[in-house]
Amino acid sequence: MFRRGAALRRPLHVWQVPNTVASNPDIAPVVLVDELRLSASGRSLVALERWEIYPGERVAIVGPSGSGKTTFLQTLAGLRSPDAGRVIVDGQELGGMSEARRDVFRGRHIGFVHQTLHLVTALSVLDNLRLAAFVVGKQVPDRRLLDLLASVGLESRALARTIDLSHGEAQRVAIARALVNEPRLVLADEPTSALDDRNARVILELLFKITKERSAALVVATHDGRLIGSFDRRLELGNER
Amino acid sequence: MSLARLCLAYLRLRLGTTLLNVTLIATGVAILASILLVGSQLRDRVQREIRGIDLVVGAKGSPLQLILSTVFHLDVPTGNVSTAEVAFVRNHPLVARAIALAIGDSAWGYRIVGTEPELLEERGVSLAAGRLWQAPMEAVLGAEVARSTGLGIGARFVGSHGLGGGFAHTEHPYLVVGVAARTGTVTDRLILTSLESVWRVHAPRTPAAYEGQQGEVTALLVRYRTPLAAVQLPRLVNARPSLIAAVPAFEAARLLSIVGLGLEVLRFLGALLLAIAALAVLVALTNALSERRADLALMRTLGATRGLLIRALLLEAMLLTTSGLALGLVLAHLSVELLVRMLPEARVSGLSGLAVASGEIWLVPALLLLAIAAAAIPAVRLYRTNLLRILAQR
Repeated sequence: MFRRGAALRRPLHVWQVPNTVASNPDIAPVVLVDELRLSASGRSLVALERWEIYPGERVAIVGPSGSGKTTFLQTLAGLRSPDAGRVIVDGQELGGMSEARRDVFRGRHIGFVHQTLHLVTALSVLDNLRLAAFVVGKQVPDRRLLDLLASVGLESRALARTIDLSHGEAQRVAIARALVNEPRLVLADEPTSALDDRNARVILELLFKITKERSAALVVATHDGRLIGSFDRRLELGNER
Repeated sequence: MSLARLCLAYLRLRLGTTLLNVTLIATGVAILASILLVGSQLRDRVQREIRGIDLVVGAKGSPLQLILSTVFHLDVPTGNVSTAEVAFVRNHPLVARAIALAIGDSAWGYRIVGTEPELLEERGVSLAAGRLWQAPMEAVLGAEVARSTGLGIGARFVGSHGLGGGFAHTEHPYLVVGVAARTGTVTDRLILTSLESVWRVHAPRTPAAYEGQQGEVTALLVRYRTPLAAVQLPRLVNARPSLIAAVPAFEAARLLSIVGLGLEVLRFLGALLLAIAALAVLVALTNALSERRADLALMRTLGATRGLLIRALLLEAMLLTTSGLALGLVLAHLSVELLVRMLPEARVSGLSGLAVASGEIWLVPALLLLAIAAAAIPAVRLYRTNLLRILAQR
């Protein structure tokens, strides 16, 4: 059994609020990070002995720009390999997979929301959702995709061209798309940084709501101080470097 | 969602470039397919015309001219063959059959050919109406002649001297006694009559002076009695001072090689256009790849493998080339058919835009290879794309 909670080695700090899921020993973590070391340009960014995320948890990765938030998130998504250590998502070690298998695994088990990289411009809103299922070889009925769009308040824009959407609308479509394959883990990289206060709050609440409805774990990389208090836990990067 | 749908969406997004590339490919294909279409039909036509004729014997001159004037009825004859020489050929033991032709007049631009009934049998011509000539000045019209002039059985007409509209032989009108069935050969465009009719028209004016006389002929269409004749007979004929022997198969091959030179130039032009089209597709895909870096990175994070994205790129190239191929083939067949319908010269050649040349099938693998070649460099670039670098730039 892994040690509950985040075992953190300096220079990283963690602050955690009590979590009913995390305190249940029968529930397996969605993400388990073991002896992880990340660096960039010869600079150490992340050093974690053991760190876990449980279903339904909402975790904020915080820190100033360049602290390694995106690098850490990309490592959790299997988009980059760590310098050392293991990342296990949904019971599967990402490092043990071939690149192609890891790609498909990511598509099926991990939803990713980017800061500005939202939608494929050549496709309609609905086709962007269909694309998420198609690239991993899944068939998802349009009805369910429309339900997802409805859950982000955009069912009426299903056939709209993506270039006709506002930034906030595109971000909401991206959130809906991240959930098409019913992932156990949703990663969001600075999803609110380009939004005003009101829209930032709307997007975050939306992420909380729809991940909670699906018992998916949510990890959000942010340096947006307005939002940090809303998370169950936070992992702080970049201190005492 | 499917790969094709994704590719079509991208092609639609850059509609101008897509249409330009499809047009380029279609133009190259249309030129190549037209050449294949015309070339193959010309070859078939030539082969059909010379079938059953082993040797043509005529007056000294160019052998190609002799074949063109007596087999294809396109050029002017080389001269006349005397009755003595006709007898020499007819009675030679190596000759199984020699059909005489007497050419010199025309009507409405169609040649009047004096010959023997065996010619119709040899050329596989049957009568659609009426009967064969039985007396001088009776004529059988070819199917195309009857169609274009509207003449039928019982009609009378006069021939003009020469093949290009000379003076009219009004004192010797012909009577139409039969109309030949369509054969798809040059016979459709001939007015056939007996040798005696041609001799009478060109003989001294008093019929009495003509009756019972044998006249000169333009040529003899010879069929060998034995294969050995192919070696000996042309040599024997050419040795005579006033005769020349032309082997249709050989002259037809020469003719096709002369025509083929022009076709080769056009074929080169078509291939050049296709090469330019391949370059245009390559440039378009390379540009598209640069424009879509963000999309490609996004798709990778959604779970798309490099292989899937490369397949999409390849399919896009295939969609471009197959659209160009289909459009090019339609254009080729349409243009040949339009040409045939609009130009009488093309119509009489027997060409058709509705025919399919066997070589056209090779355009399909050639175009698929072109698509693969055009997509290869962008595909390698795509494979080497650093996903993290793109994500870092966003």
